Amino acid sequence: MPVTTTNSTSSALGTVPPPPPPPLSPRPRGRRRPRWKGATPYLLVLPAILLELLIHIIPMLVGIWMSFIQLTQFFIANWSQAPAAGLDNYKIAVDFSSSIGQALLHSFTVSILYTLIVVGLAWLFGMSAAAVLQHSFRGRGSLRTLFLVPYALPVYAGVITWSFMLQRDNGLVNHVLVNNLHLLSNPPFWLIGNNAFVSMAIVALWRSWPFAFLMIMAGMQSIPDEVYQAAAVDGAGVWQQLRHITLGMLRPVNVVLVLMLFLWTFNDFNTPFVLFGPTPPLSADLISIHIYDNSFVNWNFGLGAAMSVLLLLFLLVVTGAYLLITNRRSRRA
Amino acid sequence: MKARLISTVLTVLAVTATAACSGGGTSSSSSSAGGKTLTYWASNQGTSLENDKAVLGPELAKFQKQTGVKVNLQVIGWPDLLNKILGATTSGQGPDVLNIGNTWAASLQATGAFMPFDAKALTAIGGQDKFVPASFATGGVAGKPVTSVPLYGLVYGLYYNKKMFADAGLQPPTTWQELQAAAKKLTVPAKNQYGMVLEGASYTESVHFAFIFGRQNGGQPFDAAGKATFTSDGMIAGVKQYVDLMGKDKVVNPSNVQYKNGPEAPGDFAKGKAAMLMSQNNADNTLQADGMKSGEYGVVPIPTPSPLPAGGKDVASFVAGINLSIFKNTKNQDAALKLLKFLTSPEEQTILDKPFTALPVVKGGTVNFTDNKAEADAFAKVLATKAEPLPLVAAESAFETNVGNAVNGLLAQAATGKDVTNADIKAAMQSAQDKMAAAG
Repeated sequence: MPVTTTNSTSSALGTVPPPPPPPLSPRPRGRRRPRWKGATPYLLVLPAILLELLIHIIPMLVGIWMSFIQLTQFFIANWSQAPAAGLDNYKIAVDFSSSIGQALLHSFTVSILYTLIVVGLAWLFGMSAAAVLQHSFRGRGSLRTLFLVPYALPVYAGVITWSFMLQRDNGLVNHVLVNNLHLLSNPPFWLIGNNAFVSMAIVALWRSWPFAFLMIMAGMQSIPDEVYQAAAVDGAGVWQQLRHITLGMLRPVNVVLVLMLFLWTFNDFNTPFVLFGPTPPLSADLISIHIYDNSFVNWNFGLGAAMSVLLLLFLLVVTGAYLLITNRRSRRA
Repeated sequence: MKARLISTVLTVLAVTATAACSGGGTSSSSSSAGGKTLTYWASNQGTSLENDKAVLGPELAKFQKQTGVKVNLQVIGWPDLLNKILGATTSGQGPDVLNIGNTWAASLQATGAFMPFDAKALTAIGGQDKFVPASFATGGVAGKPVTSVPLYGLVYGLYYNKKMFADAGLQPPTTWQELQAAAKKLTVPAKNQYGMVLEGASYTESVHFAFIFGRQNGGQPFDAAGKATFTSDGMIAGVKQYVDLMGKDKVVNPSNVQYKNGPEAPGDFAKGKAAMLMSQNNADNTLQADGMKSGEYGVVPIPTPSPLPAGGKDVASFVAGINLSIFKNTKNQDAALKLLKFLTSPEEQTILDKPFTALPVVKGGTVNFTDNKAEADAFAKVLATKAEPLPLVAAESAFETNVGNAVNGLLAQAATGKDVTNADIKAAMQSAQDKMAAAG
């Protein structure tokens, strides 16, 4: 890095006569400045790069390496002894005729469905709430605060409260549905069977829509009132204003927001883990917890790592394609 | 692009170097300088984690007085224990001494993270001969130095509520059919009263009963070569016998499917919401904490179907219990051995067996956790004549998690009112078996 800096500095100083060679004599301030100026950006990002390497890149590469070795119970105490597996772990994971491959495929489908539902509804809720709260009225501040509570609560505290509420015998949900409203005669299970998926999606929606609300609300603040006024003068109704001005000018926010929600929801581990423990019901077997299961429950970290790498590749492809499509469109616009 | 490639290569090299370090599993434990402090992970044996601390605290203080070694005690609940051990094994950062469920002994032995007890180490803790042979045999696979020694002994028994049985004019069951009939008679859903209570969300309970009833029906989870045989007729019939309590027999409250290891199931039994409970002998603790006196319940061995199915054996329990292991990379091996010797000494066994309601694992000990003679005799009889060890194979832990979770899933299916057929059981067991094959 320093080499590049010196080079760029000297080329930048090309027209200026070279500085006097004796290093002991104090240099004039004016000369020293550009040198530092060149290095500053690098120095500023250096801690971030180092930490990024340490926290993300290196573990990721270790994970990739693990996916190519037979890291089973016999070798976890001494990783370096684990024999190479080649592509075996990947072959097992994507052999969709075997039960392991089928389970992975099933978990992948569940995750996609879960993501579509949660992201779609979270965005819709966030958008509606932000649109309603755009104009000032009495109590707006308290409503905003109230809406943000699920986002501000620690995940574990929020989800475990849901798990209490969803218990069959003494949960609040069944108490209201069965004992108070008499909608159902037989209390249903919310945390096993197919209901588990519904419960999980509702809890995730509860957790993630305030974030959508927050982002969209921030985006809306930057839309000048004049634009709406001008549109109103030209005869645009509320819906037209919403469609053409609000949504149009929120585009950059929405692009980022949907991507973030997608990545968080697709990778969601906390919600199923806190609701169901390490082995969730089949209907709620999200991909991250499925991988966790294969690694920790079965002590086969090589296979788990291979599945993780496949997940990483999938998310990379989806994210790349998404950014490519949305960028191209915004350039055209 | 080129710069990126170079940086990638550099990173890979850095990673390889890091990995090479982590492979060795460098240091262990929070041992202070001078080797005077041991970290001890104790499993939850009492009524609560606090209760365990209250019981073990004074004993460990006694140990410190005798030897000058301070013990840093951490009590860990059952749902977390195996995962924490696994984490410690992988990272090399673990306690010095720890408790394990004795059925995990062979699996954890295979990881190589625990210190094998050679003759010298065994002598240091008082010799192999001081232990009850059946308990000592759970320490690891046959033919290799054990990596764990027994600490507390446990077996299953069938607890029944004496008053409820007497009121209904019933005798404690001696066959599975009698058990089913009694359970049906005592099930009154309108009064929220059921014949039996289960811990349906606990994979360990589920796998234990899959094993016990599988053996009664002539099944065996592993063949002689150590290959998984979960889909054999005997194993399937065993699982069905268990799941049918919830499904076909309808003698279990469907809500039990959400009960984990904990106070819920013994609590239901103590409160008279269930007439029978199949549990290890440490249930006494919770029952008495819930206000049930030892005279109010009786214990008999878990019965078998009559006549015994072809190839079946009169198995009412496996040799359950808690073992002690030492992490291989402890810096305080001598102190750790001293702690093991202390905890397995006849005096400490007598002291600890009572609050933890455990059976003695050293010779000459007597069942002292209950003043109910009939109960003590029943448990002693089960351990002596009706208990088999769970398979001592490296894949045992994977067997527990995969089969246990499969059975939990079947119980959930039964609880939501869907019939559990033999085909369902076979499919679930096949899937569990496939996962074992992948683990190699």
